[in-house]
Amino acid sequence: MSEPKRHTDVAVIGGGPAGLAAAAAAANAGAEVVLVDRNPRLGGILNQCIHDGFGLHAFGEVLTGPEFGERYVARATEAGVDLRVSTMVAELSADRELVCTSPGSRTRLAASSVILAMGCRERTRGMLRIPGTRPSGVYTAGTAQWLTNMANVRVGRRVLILGSGDIGLIMARRLTWEGAEVVGVVELLPYPSGLPRNISQCLDDYGIPLYLSHSVTCIHGVDRLERVTVSRFDDDRRPIPGTEFDVACDTLLLSVGLIPENELSRRAGVLLDPTTSGAQVDDRYMTNVDGIFSCGNVLHIHDLADWAAEEGARAGVRAAEYAAGGARREALDLVPIEVGPGIRYVLPQATARSAKRLLVSFRVVEPADHRTAEVVAGGRDLASLSLRHAHPATMVQIEVDCGDGLDAERLEVRLR
Amino acid sequence: MSERQMTCILCPNGCEIDVRWTGTPTDDTIRVEGNLCPRGVGYALEELTHPKRTLTTSVLVRDGVEPQASVKTAKPIPCESIETARREVATATLDAPVTIGQTVVDDVAGTGVAVVVTRAVPRRAAERSAG
Repeated sequence: MSEPKRHTDVAVIGGGPAGLAAAAAAANAGAEVVLVDRNPRLGGILNQCIHDGFGLHAFGEVLTGPEFGERYVARATEAGVDLRVSTMVAELSADRELVCTSPGSRTRLAASSVILAMGCRERTRGMLRIPGTRPSGVYTAGTAQWLTNMANVRVGRRVLILGSGDIGLIMARRLTWEGAEVVGVVELLPYPSGLPRNISQCLDDYGIPLYLSHSVTCIHGVDRLERVTVSRFDDDRRPIPGTEFDVACDTLLLSVGLIPENELSRRAGVLLDPTTSGAQVDDRYMTNVDGIFSCGNVLHIHDLADWAAEEGARAGVRAAEYAAGGARREALDLVPIEVGPGIRYVLPQATARSAKRLLVSFRVVEPADHRTAEVVAGGRDLASLSLRHAHPATMVQIEVDCGDGLDAERLEVRLR
Repeated sequence: MSERQMTCILCPNGCEIDVRWTGTPTDDTIRVEGNLCPRGVGYALEELTHPKRTLTTSVLVRDGVEPQASVKTAKPIPCESIETARREVATATLDAPVTIGQTVVDDVAGTGVAVVVTRAVPRRAAERSAG
């Protein structure tokens, strides 16, 4: 039996906030759009993020994650997107053919544009190489969140959290509400990596201590986790001998960073940025592979779902334009956008010389007060933004008015 | 004069604000610095007089595609009522299908605030009888 093969203008891989917003925007721009998600339920990670704080930017009201996701499912549905759940993209080729598998079927889908919106996954114990035994009770924070909020499974009674990322902070409060004792949050860096409001409402409200410049140096326990050793770390991120102390706990949550999920992208020949682990894109969010776009957490890790969705919507419009006959990469004169002093990464990594307007997203290297971020082109200031508190946990965006186009060899984003 | 530093939790900016007041904190006696928007003043006053939070948790669902639905208090409730509210919500069970906005508890912990569903749970397809 031959596989049914069909064509669409735009194929979106991933049905989280970025993918749904991208699909809706592409469909509203006139494209025929298919969105594929491997889960039975659309919304991605939003479904398990039952806390509130979403939607203030996108909708002007405070929503929980599932409510925020439902708004975008509704938008995509109203826009006429063909939404396919329980469908996994097994292969993606550089000429934009997808092999999709779902229970009982395997189909091919050719697309004029493909939008990568696969999101990210969590760093694990194995990636941190924490010494010790291998008992049960060690979870990534997101897995514990899924177990608690989606599967009704109690993860543990006495919990230590390694890493001060937002998911870990949210889980500190969530598990406290579920009756567990959260004995502390341990952070390797000298400053927290989650949002200040989550430090306040998830830790301070419940008297949960935050140990900065500390990390877990050994895990103990045979069947179940019994205790962990915590040590103080120096500025070079090395444990200081003699500072060790043991913490009794049956559960360790790891909230130690997220990694864009780019396996499909790599196999399609998409070049990644070593700092973001996401694709290198131009101002249209198009990768080095013609017609393949990227947005949301698979492109770079966002601190807010609102920003991931907005980015998706922008990529969706450009993917629809490309499908309708937009310029190929070789037809563009691309100007690189480089990372200057004080900046960790910049997106996009390049822009068309003819761009009239440009939205630059970036993160700073370390916390600092009263700084100015600048976008410069050949010694000329194109745009600047004063930052009262610059913090690596916060993504910053600057809108650049390029006038009649750019004449410089390169742009640079820098902090002063 | 009394003084307190706090983090405004109303939006992701998370402004670090300095609050000063004399006597009983009111609109007239309170001085707030460090807030990027006027909502910081209201937050500071509420935080000093009757702090409130939104409770977000889960309730059990019978015959749903998932075993539980997520819920929230429709408005922030007093901090001291959070624990009672959580226990009250934990005793509730809903029958699928459950829809967003559906009321779980009318008046949780005597706060006058309802608890509503935030994630829909469709009904599980009936299992085929063996025979």
